[in-house]
Amino acid sequence: MRRLAAAFRLATLGVALLAATGCTGEREPRPLTVVGWGGSSQEAHRRAYWDSFTRRTGVRLQEDSWHGGVGVIRTKVLGGDTSWDVVQVETEDLILGCEEGLFEPIEWAALSGRDAFIPAAVHDCGVGAMLWSYLIGWDGDRIAGPGPRSWADFWDVRRFPGRRGMRRTPKYTLEFALMADGVPPAEVYEVLRTPAGVDRAFRKLEELKPNIVWWSSISQVPDLLGSGEVAMSVTSPGRLIVANRSEGRNFRVSWDGNIYAVDYWVVLSNSPRKAEAAQLLRHMTAPENQMRLPRFIPTGLTSRRAGELIDPRLRLDTPSDPRNMTNALELDASFWVEYGDQLTQRFNAWVSH
Amino acid sequence: MSLPPQTGTAFVEFAGVEKVYDGGAPAVAGLDLEIAEGEFVTLLGPSGSGKTTTLMMLAGFEAPSAGDIRLQGRSLAGKPPHRRNMGVVFQNYALFPHMNVERNVAFPLGVRGIRGAQAKAKVEEALALVDLDGLGARRPDQLSGGQRQRVALARALVFEPDIVLMDEPLGALDRQLRERLQVEIKRIQRRLGLTILYVTHDQAEALTLSDRIAVFAGGRLQQVGSPKAIYEHPRNAFVAGFVGENNGLRGIVTRRNGSSCEIRIAGDLVLQATPVGPLAPGDAVTATIRPEHVRLGPDLAAPCNLFSARVDDVAYHGDHSRVRALLPGGAAVTLRSEERIELGASEPLTIGWCAEACLAFADGAEPRP
Amino acid sequence: MPGSPTERAGAARRDWWPFALVAPLILFLAAGFLIPVLMMLSRGVTDHELASAWPETAQALRGWDGAGLPDETVVPILAAEIVGARKAGHLNLVANRLNYDRVGSRSLVYRTADALEGGAPARSFADLARIDPRWSEAGQWASMRQAAGPLTSFYLLASLDRRLSPQGAVERVEAEQAVFVDILLRTFKISAVVALLCALLGYPVAYLLATLPPRLANPLLILVLLPFWTSALVRTTAWVVLLQSEGVLNGFLIGAGLIEAPLPLIYNRLGVYIAMTHVLLPFLVLPLYGVMKGISPVEMRAASSLGAGPVAAFLKIYLPQTLPGLAAGMIIVFTLALGYYITPALVGGGADQMVSGSIAFYTNQTLNWGMAAALSLLLLLPLGLMLFAGRYLARTVPA
Repeated sequence: MRRLAAAFRLATLGVALLAATGCTGEREPRPLTVVGWGGSSQEAHRRAYWDSFTRRTGVRLQEDSWHGGVGVIRTKVLGGDTSWDVVQVETEDLILGCEEGLFEPIEWAALSGRDAFIPAAVHDCGVGAMLWSYLIGWDGDRIAGPGPRSWADFWDVRRFPGRRGMRRTPKYTLEFALMADGVPPAEVYEVLRTPAGVDRAFRKLEELKPNIVWWSSISQVPDLLGSGEVAMSVTSPGRLIVANRSEGRNFRVSWDGNIYAVDYWVVLSNSPRKAEAAQLLRHMTAPENQMRLPRFIPTGLTSRRAGELIDPRLRLDTPSDPRNMTNALELDASFWVEYGDQLTQRFNAWVSH
Repeated sequence: MSLPPQTGTAFVEFAGVEKVYDGGAPAVAGLDLEIAEGEFVTLLGPSGSGKTTTLMMLAGFEAPSAGDIRLQGRSLAGKPPHRRNMGVVFQNYALFPHMNVERNVAFPLGVRGIRGAQAKAKVEEALALVDLDGLGARRPDQLSGGQRQRVALARALVFEPDIVLMDEPLGALDRQLRERLQVEIKRIQRRLGLTILYVTHDQAEALTLSDRIAVFAGGRLQQVGSPKAIYEHPRNAFVAGFVGENNGLRGIVTRRNGSSCEIRIAGDLVLQATPVGPLAPGDAVTATIRPEHVRLGPDLAAPCNLFSARVDDVAYHGDHSRVRALLPGGAAVTLRSEERIELGASEPLTIGWCAEACLAFADGAEPRP
Repeated sequence: MPGSPTERAGAARRDWWPFALVAPLILFLAAGFLIPVLMMLSRGVTDHELASAWPETAQALRGWDGAGLPDETVVPILAAEIVGARKAGHLNLVANRLNYDRVGSRSLVYRTADALEGGAPARSFADLARIDPRWSEAGQWASMRQAAGPLTSFYLLASLDRRLSPQGAVERVEAEQAVFVDILLRTFKISAVVALLCALLGYPVAYLLATLPPRLANPLLILVLLPFWTSALVRTTAWVVLLQSEGVLNGFLIGAGLIEAPLPLIYNRLGVYIAMTHVLLPFLVLPLYGVMKGISPVEMRAASSLGAGPVAAFLKIYLPQTLPGLAAGMIIVFTLALGYYITPALVGGGADQMVSGSIAFYTNQTLNWGMAAALSLLLLLPLGLMLFAGRYLARTVPA
């Protein structure tokens, strides 16, 4: 009896202690937390921005990584979790999160004004971090010659035998199908907003369906291409070019008809360290810092001045090079915010039949 | 009292059986043993003496490394346990926990294709035999230890096996229950004329139950015989010490005359004993004397060996008393008396015994238990 | 004195104390798990977005019978609340909610808000129709009425590929949008097959573990547990290397002349079965191993001595006693498998995606937590049945 009471007292003490340490953990200033997408892109940010930021300002940084999805941020903000400050988000996440008040408005004056950036990089709640794209990639050791040059080529399994890797989402996929069917990039979303246009996209996809291997994570693409599992794949160029540089691979990409989008830096509205977060945004968007980024990952830059400053040889591999923007299509995130549920549902039904 | 079976009529026969586990000393060696039909034979010995291995070889769970085991003249070699038609009762019952008593007992019938009313009648008969009528629907975990062992017994009997093998079946029960079940096992064996091979390390149990006892030690058979023969005429010091209680006095043979000999023990005491086996003067021996054969002075009627001693300890046991006495040389002798002993520690007393009751065995010939 | 008042009081106190000891855990579970889960699940059957952003509009719509258009008095109320909600920052909630049911409602709401802020009049349906003709469609208003809450069947019906017609009858959605029944059935089927495969492969493994001497069993147990300690990605990559067209297995089979063209072993259902069975196997082996360890080997000897051959002894004595462990393991595997989606996403094809993938999509990507909650509810149903079946099995067979 007495021993039980003692055990109970011990247990309560333990709980109290845990609670106490939890509290002090909150009170102690934690480093500024910046959240990227992991892998080579996060490493590029670290080397281009984060290391120098701490050196220059003395503000300690702590990294985390995620795979997108504004729901993650909504859960954190609604749940009172204040562990993230600066996060790299995709456009739809930016739109939805901004409407929900999950992000702090950007003080553009402090970032030398909206005009210092390309138009796509400017949003009330976020500043463009990088410009990336989805396009056709293949292994030059397996397909000789110039390779596929358009989405029509991608669909042409007679000229280019073998399977095709595509991301298992309607986003990008429907757009590519329409372009393969001859819709000019500028009209893609106009067509997709009509039921007939959606039907047309699915009809075109149906042609290629038996040859498609669906992937769900971009990290699968180098393996799929390198092992010959697929002859060509929808990909972002970064992973392949990094593999070419570091592993001596011969991956090649075709920029024609690429879909590009901007990733943004946002500051979460419940961040306890907004001043340092703003300081970090300034550091990461300053032209002299941003121009270093393509050294580590082939990506388009959002600062106009940085785009002019970068090494032209590095620019070849990025969407910042004007030659890479022939027939390019900017992802219409507001279209996907509106039609995403419906099209995903239809896509999932279609893909499983 | 049954006599050892005549050669050729053995029901079960172990012939030169040996069991060696890889690399070790033999668990059983040179075993020759015959069991007659209807006989209750007990394998008695300390743990590790080879008695259980012997039983398991007969049941078919172990294969002999050498020699042969025969049932009714036919070799059992290569015959799997489930074809041997032997009822085995294990120490921990080995009831099937997911079946009730009835289904446990019916199990051997079911695998023999006996089902329905015929099986039911047999099960009821078997349960009645072990006094468990009406408990058929119980599950093993709802039974006491004694009841479980009765179920195990019923299950081993219901299919009318050629022989029943029991491996320390009462080892897990308390003494009173054990004694009651001993009586019942004996009753059932007589009533049904069962042939039983029984394994135990409890010599009292062996004496109570058996027609014959086979004493094992160190993997070897030490002696086979009726309980009376084993108790009164042990062939060696091990049997003398293991079966029943015995005092052992170590000494040297000083003289041999006919059917008795003279032994000098510690304290220069000389005692008369009956030698077992060939003994010559100078041999180191152990003289054994059972406590009930030691008489207590002072008015002893001319026993052969008479010594003055001191009381070391007196223990009261209700129906008898036990006295531990110390001889002048320091050797201890325990004696048992039906009368009440009123002696205090260190009090002097006189003890004695006759030479016929005192057996002398040569040292060094004993097996290691 | 057994049964005396003090004795009984003491017993009662002893009964109470263990609960006091686990009280912190219970509180922790309630606060950290049960309540949030219930709150999340409740989103599957409640509709609060419209009612909280446009309370008076919701009131007016609830009073309407749903036929044709509502009373025109709702128009100025709605107009005022659209503008008010935008100022308060709530317009996105209701816009997104309406968009779930009628795609395009989101832009309709925002375009209307823009027009109203620009001074467009909004007293009649005609005024609204001038801003956007969709305001004169009865279906638009019926959809808003259904969203007025407080309770809704919208998400649950949508999870079963059903919806309410404007007339309030349950109808199927268009065939091209019907996906969730398929996905749910597929999820149950994949989970059941994986549980079965785990049972077939795991039973002999558990038996081996239970019967080997510890010296050999322990390293083997570590091998069984290995997938636990490997990240999902590494494990999956390993399977890709093994199973792909030019992978190790196909290379071996072609090299040995057994097949001519590579077998499709991955990016299809087979790949999902292989990878999921691999990672879930320990969950079957461990409980089964525990139960098998508890079966005395003497029972098998007893069965044998009673005349049962090895097969009969196994079927009648061993197998029945291992059933509770087998059932427990299969229930655990089935339950865990229901929640899988990353493995199917990485090694499966288009027709192999599981319902948790949809739940994650709605939770993270589009913030449609109502759909996520409704799908989760449907996933919980068979779980409840499983637990019930588990309890029943545990009662009928002693452990």
